[in-house]
Amino acid sequence: MSTEFDQKVHVTLADANLQLAIYTATGRLKEKRIEAVAPDALPDYQELRTQANAIKKHAIDNLDHYLEQFERNVAAHGGKVVYCKDGTEVADFVLALAKERAAHLIVKSKSMTTEEVDLNERLEHHGLESVETDLGEYILQLARERPYHIVAPALHMTRYQVADLFERCLHVPRETVIEKQTALARSVLRQKFLAADIGISGANFLVADSGAVVIVENEGNARLTTSAPRIHIAIAGIEKVIPRAQDLATFLKLLARSATGQLLSVYTSFLSGPRRAGEIDGPDEFYVVLLDNGRTRLLPDKAKRQSLYCIRCGACLNTCPVYRKIGGHSFPWVYSGPIGAILTPQFMGVQHEPALPFASSLCGACGEVCPVKIDIPKILLELRSDTRKADAREHQNRLERLGFRAFAWLMTHPRLFEMAGRIGRSMGWPAGTKGPLGAWLSERDLPPLPAHSFREMWRRR
Amino acid sequence: MVDQLFPKIGLAMAEVLERVGCQVDFPEDQTCCGQPAFNSGYRAEARTVARHFLDTFEASEAIVVPSGSCTAMIAHHFAELFHKEPETLARVHAIEKRVWEFSTFLTQVAGVEDVGARLDAVVTFHDGCHGLRELGVKAAPRRLLGRVRGLELREMLPAEECCGFGGTFAVKFSELSGAMVRTKIEAIERTGAGTVVSVDPSCLMQIQGALSRAGSSIGTMHLAEVLASR
Repeated sequence: MSTEFDQKVHVTLADANLQLAIYTATGRLKEKRIEAVAPDALPDYQELRTQANAIKKHAIDNLDHYLEQFERNVAAHGGKVVYCKDGTEVADFVLALAKERAAHLIVKSKSMTTEEVDLNERLEHHGLESVETDLGEYILQLARERPYHIVAPALHMTRYQVADLFERCLHVPRETVIEKQTALARSVLRQKFLAADIGISGANFLVADSGAVVIVENEGNARLTTSAPRIHIAIAGIEKVIPRAQDLATFLKLLARSATGQLLSVYTSFLSGPRRAGEIDGPDEFYVVLLDNGRTRLLPDKAKRQSLYCIRCGACLNTCPVYRKIGGHSFPWVYSGPIGAILTPQFMGVQHEPALPFASSLCGACGEVCPVKIDIPKILLELRSDTRKADAREHQNRLERLGFRAFAWLMTHPRLFEMAGRIGRSMGWPAGTKGPLGAWLSERDLPPLPAHSFREMWRRR
Repeated sequence: MVDQLFPKIGLAMAEVLERVGCQVDFPEDQTCCGQPAFNSGYRAEARTVARHFLDTFEASEAIVVPSGSCTAMIAHHFAELFHKEPETLARVHAIEKRVWEFSTFLTQVAGVEDVGARLDAVVTFHDGCHGLRELGVKAAPRRLLGRVRGLELREMLPAEECCGFGGTFAVKFSELSGAMVRTKIEAIERTGAGTVVSVDPSCLMQIQGALSRAGSSIGTMHLAEVLASR
């Protein structure tokens, strides 16, 4: 009864090269983050986290207000805000606009939000060419894979795999030097930038009081995507809105440090509206698509809606001992790691992959590094309870439920608990390879059973 | 777990507590804090067990627990379990203040660091995740170990990574849990220590089980057993 999730976990654990790649890459990001937020490097780190959490809480608690303010300010700069319920509405909007403007080629900068709704596939299905321009994302698009990691999408691939891929897809001689591979991708993508009709980006922050879309990146491709084509469409989840431009002072200090250990990303772009009279750069048309895609479903739940505070830094992935073993593609949806384990059940429903909230040792490392202080372990526990409630309705996991009822009963009957323990110890560990004991024994040995329990020895003392 | 599987840990803890002048009582009705049910999503069952805990320890002046994980369950998660029951919640808040993880009790309440222990050994200390992150147990066990004659403490790197136990996680995702503990063991082996010490019996069971499976000669000891040695 092994599920697809179990299978993917097993395959990843069995691949020694992949294990080394994941562990090394996440380890490097993890160490860089630790250095960047150390007390001597950033003395007010904990205060910044508290502040970031408070700002996000305020923004999410007053989401309607700030989205309307953002919309008004975008309009004031000559841009247009479009609300979309789901991926179909996003694709319909882009397709209609492309048709009206006779656009054929789209360049895209990295956006997890568009991954959520499979935008490329939807656009390609209707005959548009949509090209990823972030190097990692471009590699993955050629390989037809989804991102392995929120900030390092091709973290799992070696340069040799990239060499094979470029040779096959770009019809070029095999090239294994990373700098030369980058130059190769650059030469292909530069032509795309020059020819593209539409640029589609994500957004790291939507600033309500200025109507600006803020994008951080390291490669400069987002800046080209948003300025070279005549139309720019930024696609963002509604939770990306923050009240004031000055709040960026808090978030920008935390985001790059948490993600890559950089003090700031190489490029931080503030985009507000299309090119104005007298400006030489920028698009003729500027749209911001605000996507719901399940986010409003999280709002009524006061305990769990903090999941929407996430700024997609990926720190929880790098520090997570589970992610560092099972990698990104074991996860059933686009978001992986601890944040994926809490977002997926809430966006897609707990039945999408009922095992997901349980695939955690609850070590708490994720909550400790989260720059906006999302209490991920607490939400995992809530989701475990939600999943069990959903199971009960579907009559699944009956045996486990019975087991825990028996456990609760035995634990409230101390004399019988003692007797059961005595009988159990006298019989020794049962043999066999099934059930929880078999699962334990598949990886480890059992401790020797003592002749007497503590309470028996305590009485005799 | 200590009662049925590791009684020596309980005896060692009682011995150390008595040595530092505490009067030790073992309420015989005690069983479990309910964490296995809580962590598995069975909150009603966890509440049943937690209520039993509250009844059993109502009269205790200080409740000293040989596990950071159980302590965190009682001190942090009982309140979550009973947030809709004001009367029980009041009992929870009253007991929270009296629950102590063993090393924290010794250093903060009993006010001792040197308990007169002697153990000729090179050890490394494993931070149990719940004790470390929910209770801040970090310095106390190290200060206590620092005063044990003959003992050398060598820190493992990375120190704060989970051993992969995680309760039912260890059997629901046994292959993954096994991979995690093997990484932990590599860190332990790099220190050259002969013994792993922790304040959490469940981490120790996981680590010992994997060390044994790997044919390693490295052993495990609970902090209480180290401190009881002389």
